[in-house]
Amino acid sequence: MNNIYDNEMKIEFLSKSSNEAFARIAVAAFVAQLDPTLEEIADIKTSVSEAVTNSIIHGYEGKTGIVKLICRIVENEVFIEIIDEGKGIENIEIAKQPLYTTKANLERSGMGFTIMESFMDEVEVESTLGIGTKITMSKKIKSNNKEENVAVTAVRREE
Amino acid sequence: MESIYNKMDKQLVFKIDEDIDECCVQKIRRRLDNEIERYMPKETIFDFSNVTFMDSAGIGLLIGRYKLINMLGGKVKIANINTPVRKIFEMSGILKIMPEVKYKKKEAQYE
Repeated sequence: MNNIYDNEMKIEFLSKSSNEAFARIAVAAFVAQLDPTLEEIADIKTSVSEAVTNSIIHGYEGKTGIVKLICRIVENEVFIEIIDEGKGIENIEIAKQPLYTTKANLERSGMGFTIMESFMDEVEVESTLGIGTKITMSKKIKSNNKEENVAVTAVRREE
Repeated sequence: MESIYNKMDKQLVFKIDEDIDECCVQKIRRRLDNEIERYMPKETIFDFSNVTFMDSAGIGLLIGRYKLINMLGGKVKIANINTPVRKIFEMSGILKIMPEVKYKKKEAQYE
């Protein structure tokens, strides 16, 4: 077993938008072991949804492909990777700008990266044209929720 | 999704009751546009009490409806935003163009 992470999970699914809900719920369920707050869970779910949507809509552009999702836990920090083998992003800096979208006619808000960047602690984008895109994002789950729970368990044990 | 039209006030209320993401946004959009064009309401309220998830597809959806309703001379308001989706409303600035209202049970009215 790899000792660098405390825990790890990987899933692969077809690039169908009906899998977006599956992806974010799977991540939320995996992260639940860190006792995140409702807000932290919502932040992570929204960010995963944005990244997966990007892969499906922009990476594969409606064609069938595989989206890989890796989720790791190190102490109280979550690392999420979303990888596609789609068309890639030509200019990452421009793509990250708020309101920028290549598909404005479809009522896209162009807020995907902005949401990921403001809801997660860190977001990194690696992309090569014709090869694909990898998004790595991380978020620390504030450990005070966890300490409270430990205290509650300890009290229960004494009883 | 439930929609209620109040003829007297020319008010159209949509009670959305599903996650709003890329996957379902087209289906919701078709239904909304259909009813908006049918009633041409003076005021349209999107009630979010049963929405627990929304991503940027929802922002696109709301801005698109705002443009349509605005063009038809109506106003848009948002009601009952849940905690998990509040952050996305705040960061997107949507509430600056679509004010937030509360549902008053007693009067059965949005205010």
